[in-house]
Amino acid sequence: MEPSTLQVIAVLKQAFPDVDFAPAPLMHRGDATGGVEQIYLRVAADKLSAVTRFLHDDERCDYAQLCDLTCVDYLEFPKARNRFAVVYSLLSLTRNHRIWIKCFVNDPDPEVPSVTHIWKGAEWMEREVWDMFGVRFTGHPDPRRILTWEDFKAHPLRKDYPLRGRGEREDYPVLTRDSR
Amino acid sequence: MADTLLESQPDLMLDIDKSEQGDVRTEEMLVNMGPQHPATHGVLRVVLRTDGELVLEAVPHIGYLHRCAEKIGENLQPYQYIPYTDRMDYLAGMNNNQAFAIAIERLAGIEVPERAKYIRVIFAELNRIASHLVALGTYGLDMGAFTPFLYMFREREMILDLFESTCGARLTYSYINVGGVHDDFPDRFLDVLEEFLDYFEPKIEEYNQLLSYNHIFVKRTANVGVISPDDAVRWALTGPVLRGSGINWDLRKSTPYEIYDRFDFDIPIGLPGGSERIPRSVVVGDCWNRYFVRLVEMEQSCRIIRQAMKQIPEGKILANKLKNLKLPNDEVYVEIENPRGQLGFYIRGDGSAIPSRVKARGPSFCNISVLNHIGKGCLLADIPAIVGSIDIVMGECDR
Repeated sequence: MEPSTLQVIAVLKQAFPDVDFAPAPLMHRGDATGGVEQIYLRVAADKLSAVTRFLHDDERCDYAQLCDLTCVDYLEFPKARNRFAVVYSLLSLTRNHRIWIKCFVNDPDPEVPSVTHIWKGAEWMEREVWDMFGVRFTGHPDPRRILTWEDFKAHPLRKDYPLRGRGEREDYPVLTRDSR
Repeated sequence: MADTLLESQPDLMLDIDKSEQGDVRTEEMLVNMGPQHPATHGVLRVVLRTDGELVLEAVPHIGYLHRCAEKIGENLQPYQYIPYTDRMDYLAGMNNNQAFAIAIERLAGIEVPERAKYIRVIFAELNRIASHLVALGTYGLDMGAFTPFLYMFREREMILDLFESTCGARLTYSYINVGGVHDDFPDRFLDVLEEFLDYFEPKIEEYNQLLSYNHIFVKRTANVGVISPDDAVRWALTGPVLRGSGINWDLRKSTPYEIYDRFDFDIPIGLPGGSERIPRSVVVGDCWNRYFVRLVEMEQSCRIIRQAMKQIPEGKILANKLKNLKLPNDEVYVEIENPRGQLGFYIRGDGSAIPSRVKARGPSFCNISVLNHIGKGCLLADIPAIVGSIDIVMGECDR
């Protein structure tokens, strides 16, 4: 691991001695094509608020921007122990360093604390994850759906949502030349 | 200006003597702007709560162009998905192809030939110019300046001709592919490109005289929709919107992907007014700054293209062993600098040929989320100015 990453992990371990961050690279195989190292940390949902707040506020971390917030559904991975991972991609502009956080959550009621009070930009990203995956963000100021309509019940990016057959408008009257 | 207007609003109401002024109603009204509105640049719908001319709330509603692009990506092989990336940010198809191609290459460990990397940079920068020309031209149009729009589309047409001569398409290219590009330049392409650059570079000064320092344009855009540097970072804004707020951050410089570390170029950022070139009334992070950053970025793109034209080697344009591509059980996150900001692709492979998760982080999506924050307290006529200066493409906002 790069020194800057190691430093962040050391600082985190000092601040949260009881949390096992289990740092690991996103790509285990190593990077042949010259990309920058990408390390993710595991954080449980009950510790997420404190850890993200620390990563944002502490000068040695200074992750001022939340680049991306997404979710992965591990339903089709037979060895996976958890159903969903909410993935946070943090960027420190002053240190030019990125770190990823994975928060694993499970059915029947996947729920993680919202980080909108730390990064305002998370507001829409969390709405999108709720809309597409059905992961609830507690404490979100405006927890509406964002891309689909309000009456829509399903969460289409879940792996058990079929490509065809649900929600299609099959009850339209079909007009033919003869029926006019 | 926005904050002062809002704060002074109760005083304004007290000052009005109703007996003299007649019936001055200050009843709140909901105005629905869009989804079919020429100034929203696509199918954006903004619900405005107004008090007279004052906007109290501007809530954007998106999703009218949602096509489940991510779900499609999770059911197709990477090659098949390339055309769908074009349709995300349809004004910058090359950059979108490039982002997805780099992500797959990094995940699968594909080495791209040198010549292909240079071709990619040349086309990505050309597409950046073309995209900015649309952004600036239509922005002028929104602000009531019709002529610059025609001038800029004339130059954009020449770039599209260059694209067409190489890959056959004018808007949705699908040209940059996993492992390289799918066609080499036609004969004499670099000569034609140089002719175009010689023609285009002086035009930027012409745009300046036509639009940038135009008194009416400056009045409409300076000090409107101000985003402070802190807010710009906190709201996950990227690209010209972030740089317009005075933050020097460009992925081509900070984490150079492909071969951007081989070129010498500057990152234009928004500057406060008072200097010789910049209108005196400009503060950092307003609409004018965002407009001007795009304009100067076109100059820098020309610089990059000229250097790439000198350095480009001969050789192959597509990597070997691309058949039966299997994505390893790994994940990768790749961000590149799209004309609108940072376009990220997060790809999760599962050992098969089809990725298990494709996430596209669209810059327009994050950039437009700030609209309510900066739109509060401005005038109704400023909303098109703010939306235009953020430069959104709904195809990539809704995906």
